[in-house]
Amino acid sequence: MTVQSRATAAERQQPSQGPTKAQRSDGKRAERRLGIMLAAPAAIIIVLVTAYPVGYAVWLSLQRYDLRFPAEQSFAGLANYGAVLSSSYWWQAFGVTMLITVVSVAIEFVLGLALALAMHRTLVARGLIRTVILIPYGIVTVVAAFSWQFAWTPGTGYLAALLPTGTAPLTDFGASLAIIIGAEVWKTTPFMALLLLAGLALVPEDMLKAAAMDGAGPWQRLTQIILPMMKPAILVALLFRTLDAFRVFDNIYILTNGANGTGSVSMLGYNNLFKAFNLGIGSAISVLIFISVAIIALIFIRLFGASAPGSDNTGKR
Amino acid sequence: MGTDSRTRIWWALAGVVVCIYALVPVLWIVSLSFKTTDTITDGSFVPRSWTLDNYAQIFSLDLFTSALVNSIGIAIISTVLAVVIGTMAAYAIARLDFPGKKTLVGVSLLIAMFPQISLVSPLFDISRAVGLFDTWPGLILPYITFALPLAIYTLSAFFREIPWELEKAAKMDGATPLQAFREVIVPLAAPGVFTTAILVFIFCWNDFLFAISLTSTSASQTAPVAIANFTGASQFAEPTGSIAAAAVLLTIPIIIFVLLFQRRIVAGLTSGAVKG
Amino acid sequence: MADIVLDHIVKRYPDGTVAADDLSIEIADGEFVILVGPSGCGKSTALNMIAGLEDITEGELRIGGERVNEKAPKDRDIAMVFQSYALYPHMTVRENMGFPLKLAKVDKEEINRKVEDAAKILDLTTHLDRKPATMSGGQRQRVAMGRAIVRSPKAFLMDEPLSNLDAKLRVQMRTMVSKLQQRLETTTVYVTHDQTEAMTLGDRIVVMRGGMIQQIGSPETLYDTPANLFVAGFIGSPAMNFLPATLEEGVFHTPLGEFALTDELRGALASGNAPRELIVGIRPEHFEDSALVEDHQKAHGSVFTAQVEVLESMGSDKYVYFSVEGEQAVSDELAELAADAGTSDVPGGDSGTLVTRLSSASTAREGRPSEVWVDTSKIQVFDPSNGRNLTVRDAATVAGG
Repeated sequence: MTVQSRATAAERQQPSQGPTKAQRSDGKRAERRLGIMLAAPAAIIIVLVTAYPVGYAVWLSLQRYDLRFPAEQSFAGLANYGAVLSSSYWWQAFGVTMLITVVSVAIEFVLGLALALAMHRTLVARGLIRTVILIPYGIVTVVAAFSWQFAWTPGTGYLAALLPTGTAPLTDFGASLAIIIGAEVWKTTPFMALLLLAGLALVPEDMLKAAAMDGAGPWQRLTQIILPMMKPAILVALLFRTLDAFRVFDNIYILTNGANGTGSVSMLGYNNLFKAFNLGIGSAISVLIFISVAIIALIFIRLFGASAPGSDNTGKR
Repeated sequence: MGTDSRTRIWWALAGVVVCIYALVPVLWIVSLSFKTTDTITDGSFVPRSWTLDNYAQIFSLDLFTSALVNSIGIAIISTVLAVVIGTMAAYAIARLDFPGKKTLVGVSLLIAMFPQISLVSPLFDISRAVGLFDTWPGLILPYITFALPLAIYTLSAFFREIPWELEKAAKMDGATPLQAFREVIVPLAAPGVFTTAILVFIFCWNDFLFAISLTSTSASQTAPVAIANFTGASQFAEPTGSIAAAAVLLTIPIIIFVLLFQRRIVAGLTSGAVKG
Repeated sequence: MADIVLDHIVKRYPDGTVAADDLSIEIADGEFVILVGPSGCGKSTALNMIAGLEDITEGELRIGGERVNEKAPKDRDIAMVFQSYALYPHMTVRENMGFPLKLAKVDKEEINRKVEDAAKILDLTTHLDRKPATMSGGQRQRVAMGRAIVRSPKAFLMDEPLSNLDAKLRVQMRTMVSKLQQRLETTTVYVTHDQTEAMTLGDRIVVMRGGMIQQIGSPETLYDTPANLFVAGFIGSPAMNFLPATLEEGVFHTPLGEFALTDELRGALASGNAPRELIVGIRPEHFEDSALVEDHQKAHGSVFTAQVEVLESMGSDKYVYFSVEGEQAVSDELAELAADAGTSDVPGGDSGTLVTRLSSASTAREGRPSEVWVDTSKIQVFDPSNGRNLTVRDAATVAGG
């Protein structure tokens, strides 16, 4: 029944021999149009508020540009970078930032995992606990920082009251850092725990039962089954938190305002802009921070492999 | 029976520890906010005498009331805009084929990791040049930008949960892609949109770095900045009580969101991350 | 209403996979055509291309004589019923069914009238103001049908619409779909992987495999004269038995013994220089307990004795499974059918099982040998190298390969 139409169809096919690009129907074209239309506002605002300023920051960082002497603006090459990288302030701030980042993320991971396991298993007041731990996540950082500051302020604080009289922890380098890390950990552990909890939910219960039947104790189940299964969730959680911790600013601003060498790189950048009014140096610091973050991200993405979240397009056809 | 009730007790105990962990710093600032000037430096966790003076005082300061108005206004406007723009972009990313999609995904991932301080110096300079320094839009724009990755990830996770066949059905029923989006997908994504709005609001409400860098007067200064700048009613009075009262006020909306929408917030926070 | 013509249609994905290879089908106005085949055979791709949900790489699709390759789904005036029903969860039944009309800017009163008419046909009148989530699977399925019929489209496309229902409901809904189609006389293309559904519903069936059409024909044609091994094995339940056979001096040597060729077969095999190694296909109902066969019938058949492995009494007749010694029939088609069915119910049996359908009066008993007659005039003979049915002389019905 199809034989008679074959010849005519072959003729019709003539022009479209060779390597034809697939014809696009109205439907697909409308889809493309809508896609561009819907994505455009986001793309435009991203370009205006980040892409352009980033480029501008790089340009500024190559300028001699002091707001107190705007007339003396001139091209300075890499002089600003040289000034920053040879300054002990930068390395002090960088060391402090790295210390805060590594220590707080490590503590958060351990605490967060414990919290996640507890929330996953608990029989009592599951909803209540989930609600309560959202409070540190949601609370304004400045507010939390003030709470910690007052708690450790001699005379005012209930925690300072526990210390021997005469000690003022927030005037001491080590104690200040410990408090800053404590404040960071307090606020962000719940977020870590929630991300890990989501990963934990993906570990099949049957697999744990099977492991238990095979003779694995709780610790072995955690290290041999649960953690390897959670690896993607762990990496995401650590990446988010590491990058976030590296930008630490609010807590330090309130708790010590960078006194006694406790300033982070973000504090340093801020102070160069708004205390020293040096846009050139400030921008160089900004760019250096950006590069540091990019390196951290790259290291993590190496661990991730190629899978970036949100890029999959399965189920389409 | 014995072991069962004993494990319950252990879990209850663990729950109490978690509650103490989460609540003590909050209760402490609440306690401070109700202390009288005489007792504020007594170091006691529970106020010995209670007063509302601190609250009365901060509302008598124009500085704080205008900052509160700025905070609320800027956070709400940023949230609405970020969610609308984010919803559109997230749908396009989750469901449509268009040129530049991969770039958009990549760039928004980049912004999610971006150190805000790196944008502060150029934005400070640019916003002064174009007259956006110390204005609402001058804060709203960066807030939208930094909220967009969050909005896009959360929402595209929600969109992916909506079955493809619904859009196909809408197309077969005669809908254009835009009609399918508006009439079928948006109503179904409403819970996701709402969740995202809460997360974005919390983000904007929380911000300190942009606010302190890009504002200078009560015209646009937000509450966190105002609190950080409190100096007390007179130059001799410690501002502790006022700061505590203002801090409590800033925490109230967060507590309300958390109490009402706990489930949604957790779902939203974790939706994008699990798939990675 | 309109006819639908697929004219040498090809679907190639950017990665190079070909999901549909040179499909040509002419579907007449008002016809009920089934696309059937194992998963991955391209039937859903074909349906999606007719719908406009997937672009056509090559070839032409005409609906009502007009080329529609480039038209968006909404401009094709076709309704579709999905396997998951795809009901809009935020709309009531009334709104769901009225949605296509609302999009077409039909006025409210008319929408209401049409929705209520459709609801009456589908027995949904009392459910109109409910939300889909509160309804049973069968009811949801009917709403999906209702959404398709309200706007009297040119054609219905149905993508496994009954697969999500339980077995009993599926049979009921099958009847309903069939009646509805007869009543509306709308051209319908129906995709399923279930050959029983295909046989009971369609005016014509298109059997597909690996993106290619294997055979197009009425249920009877496909059953009685399958074009190749694949169609033969796919259509019919229990499936056809396949046995290796050697042709020597006009006689088949099979594991069941020697069969003499009928004149018809001899003619067919003589014309197309057939190989000596063949596959013989016999449907279960072409066996009978030899004690129950009249002598004059026995003449055009052959009798063999085999051990009864399993006996299933269905009341009206008995399914008797025999173990057969010797080698198995081997071909790509059979391997694919086996993979699709799950190896347990491979045609011909993976362990050399022969499925027969005997009269309920048969005295066969499990574990005992039994004497069985086979009607050799009904056997089909296949070429193992390409699967072609050598018994069928009219090769024109075989499209594609």
